Parts: sequence; C-alpha cells; structure tokens
Amino acid sequence: MKKRDPDLLLFHAPLLRQGMTTPSAMRDVVWALMPATAASMWFFGISAVLVLSSCIAGAVLAEWLFATKETRGESLRDSSGIVTGLLLGLTLPPGLPLWMGFLGGFVGIALGKVIWGGLGHNLFNPALLGRAFLQATFPIAMTTWVPATGEAGFFAVYPGNLALPFMQVSVDAMSSATPLGLMKFEQVVTPLSDLAFGKINGSLGETSGVALLLGGVYLWLRRDLDWRIPVSILATVILFSACLGLFDAERFPTPWFSVFSGGLLLGAIYMATDPVTSPVTPRGAWIFGIGVGVLVMLIRVFGGLPEGVMYAILLMNSATPLIDRYTQPRVFGRGAESP
Amino acid sequence: MKQNVSREEFLKGIWRDNPVFAQVLGMCPMLAVTNSAINAVAMGMATFFVLVGSSFLVSTFRHVIPKQVRISCFIIIIATFVTIADYTLLALVPGVHKELGAFIPLIVANCLILGRQEAFASRYPTKLAVMDAMGMASGFLLALFSLGAVREILGDGALFGFKLFGENFEPWVIMILPPGGFLTLGVILLFFNWFKTKKDEFLEDVAAAQRSEG
Repeated sequence: MKKRDPDLLLFHAPLLRQGMTTPSAMRDVVWALMPATAASMWFFGISAVLVLSSCIAGAVLAEWLFATKETRGESLRDSSGIVTGLLLGLTLPPGLPLWMGFLGGFVGIALGKVIWGGLGHNLFNPALLGRAFLQATFPIAMTTWVPATGEAGFFAVYPGNLALPFMQVSVDAMSSATPLGLMKFEQVVTPLSDLAFGKINGSLGETSGVALLLGGVYLWLRRDLDWRIPVSILATVILFSACLGLFDAERFPTPWFSVFSGGLLLGAIYMATDPVTSPVTPRGAWIFGIGVGVLVMLIRVFGGLPEGVMYAILLMNSATPLIDRYTQPRVFGRGAESP
Repeated sequence: MKQNVSREEFLKGIWRDNPVFAQVLGMCPMLAVTNSAINAVAMGMATFFVLVGSSFLVSTFRHVIPKQVRISCFIIIIATFVTIADYTLLALVPGVHKELGAFIPLIVANCLILGRQEAFASRYPTKLAVMDAMGMASGFLLALFSLGAVREILGDGALFGFKLFGENFEPWVIMILPPGGFLTLGVILLFFNWFKTKKDEFLEDVAAAQRSEG
C-alpha cells in the first residue's frame, strides 16, 4: 500500500463509505456456505461435487449467454451466478441426474433473474425458482432420496447422477424417506443428534444443521445478513410447533425437530435473507420472517407435502413489495399519514 | 397487381401480423389446448374453418348488416360455424373432441375471430376478406402447432403420439401442465421479438449505409 499524504486527499461526496460491495457480499455467502458444502461432500462423496458443479455451470452459462456485450464481464465477476448455483445445488437430492441440475441452474438464472432485468430486480429468489421448476418438472427424481455413501467411500457415484441428458435413470435407485417424510407418513421420529450433525437422508445441504448455523453466524458477523429474518422464522416455527405440541404431543413434531429437519435452516439463513427478495425495512423483515415461519408449518403439518420451505419463501417473496410499501418509516417532521 | 394484394393479405397473417406472435390474440385456446400436437392441430383446423367461413359470410353481407347491431350479427354467424365445427369434430374424431371439451364452443369467444370480422371482413370485398381470414387462421394454426409440438416433445417425448426418444425418456411433467403453456409461449414470444429487433437493427444499418453512400 502506498501511503498517501492526507493534506492532498480530496474526495467528493459520499465521504463515508463502507467496504461492502456486491462482489464481496457474494463471496461472503460462498464462504459461509463452505461448511455445508464440506458436510455434503463428507456424507455424499463425489456425487455432491458433481451435482453442485453442474448447477453452478448451468447458472453461470445462463448469466453469460443472456448478458449483453457491455455487461458480460460484470455479471460474471460479481459471482452471483455461482452463489445461485451453489444454493440451488445444496437443495437438490444427491442422486439427481446431473443434466437436471444443469437445467435447474440455467432456468433459475434465466427465469429467476435475467428476465426481470438482472441482479437486484428479481421478485423471486433465483435458486428457489430453479428448484421449484425442477420440482414441478421432474417430481419423481426430485423426491428420490438416496442414503449417504457410507462404506462405499468418497468416489462412489450414485448411478442416478450419470443418466444421459433427457433420459431417466435406468437403474432402480435405492431410495429412502427424509426425516420429514418419515414423520409425516410413517410417524417415525428421527433423533435430534442425527438431525443436527447430518446422519440423515435429504438434499445435499440440508443434512447438517450445525454446518448451516456456522455459516449463518459468519454471515451475521460480516453484516451480510439481516438477523431479524432468520430469527423471526425460527422463533415462529418453534412457537408454532410448541403450541401444536400442547394439543397433541404424539402427533405433531417437537419444536427442535421442526427447526433441524428439512431445509428450514438452509432456507431461513441463506434464501429468505436474500437482500433482493426480502423487505428492506426492519418491521418488514419481522413480518416477512413470521409469514415464512407460519407458511412452513402450515404446509408441513396440514399440507400434502412433507416439506414447505421452498413454497413458503417463494410465496413471501411475492408479498415483499407490498410489505415494503406498508412498513415505510415515517418521514421526520411529517404527519403519520405520509407514504 | 390484384393478385399481389390478395397474396399480401394472406401472407401478413402468417408472419408479420401473426395473430399470436405479433398481435397476442386468442390466448385462451393457445394456452389451454396445446398440451399435445394433435389437440393443437384439431383446434387450429376448427378455428380455420370458423374464421374463413364467417369472414366469407360477413364480408358478403357487409352492406346488409346494420351498423348498430353488427356485433350481434357477427356473433350469430360465428356461432353457426362453431356449432358446425363442434358436431363435425364429434363425428370424425370423438377422442380429440372429448379432450378439447369446452374449448370448442369457446371458439365463439376467440377475440381473433371477432377481431377480424370487425377490423377487416366488414370493410373489404369478399375475396380479400377470405384471403385475410385464411392467412390469419394459418398463422394461428402454425402458432398452435409450434406450441403443441414443443410441449408434447418435452412433456411426453413424442410427437402426434409417436415416441421420439425411446422408452427411457424422462418426461418434463410441467410442460403438459398449464405452467408449461405459459413458459413455452413466453419463450417463443421472446425469440419472435428478439428476431424482430435484430431485423429492424439490420434494416436500419442498411438504410444508414445507403444514406452515407448516396
């Protein structure tokens, strides 16, 4: 660093600056996701690497393809495509054919971001939009949960991963239910220690709750994340399931089970807090988080699906502009009815 | 010259003023019945018959129909042809008729058809009106077919029921569901507009080059 003479240092406004830029915020998210990524590799081996990289490849290809000549370098440098691809990959089942992951990343960026006008203009979280597309398009492949590789070792690839493009898996995949599915359809409760450390079936990133929390704490320390959103989501879920437990402790999940099972932590920490698609006002953040929490529990307990984090966040995403509009703080010196 | 005019009226409906891609008309059947190519083509043929028939009648009687009640008269004429198409399909292809269901009677409400009567057939001589109707209906048929073909190929791995990719094809379930219609139509419109922008840019460049030369 060259030392500058402070007498000759001239600036125009704004004079107070923060070091935070879009590329640095995106890189922080990538770093924060590293524990969860490492956990997914630990449990699912090389397949995790393959699925995650195919999602990232699809997302980055869409970024590159639909950028104009002038903005092409920019959209690749801020690595938002990598974040979207990584987040999407972490929500996918480990045995998913790679071409589906690629397609999901591509659709997530193309329909979730580029078509709205690029970064900062999208209404829905791109990664979740890509996942919703995959869920609606390939419902069977998206709900085939393979167990962790275990003894087979790191380099054992799930046969499903290697399906040819547009073809389905020819081998019958060994499939088993996620803790939420077990809870909902077979009334089997998975022990909490397995949920927290990831010895369960599920999508790549949602298995290890502790790894996700670590990344969340990092993001919070780096001020990349509005703590109100994850806190309000988790508090709502805990309260909701505690209330349900008062009625029938046997039938309904316990609060800690609700928090650590499924994609709730992944969604609450990394997806609901996407600064583009969540409210900017503090009051709005609370409303948003409570809304997501209530919807998650409604879908999980009373809906037809075992897991509802994706739809809960997407639904609240669509309410974000409205929430922002009605929670604008009062302008100083004006009446209460100012916009 | 006369020949050129009627040919022009025919061709504009297929490409430049395509009822779906350029005017965005007739969206209801467009999105509702294009989950397979055969349904799309059947709907396109029925619309073709109704549009050409009613354009012919409306244009022939355009001096007789009172201006104040013209819309009701158009609707009665259109409804007549729709009823004929309805029963013809029921007799010839009962399976397709069953799948199309309520959307055949709803051809009456297709804004493309009423729009052509109001905008063209009631103002121009019969020959031009029929050419215009044939062009518009062909354009509509083409659009329906392209949407239906894309949705059936991706959603079922087949075209007109023939399997294209063998047994192992993984169907894109969303494509034969309603969202698939919106997605496919959006992507096709996107390409159409992109092409149009590129073409306009190209023509402008050519014009600029000519100006600088001259």
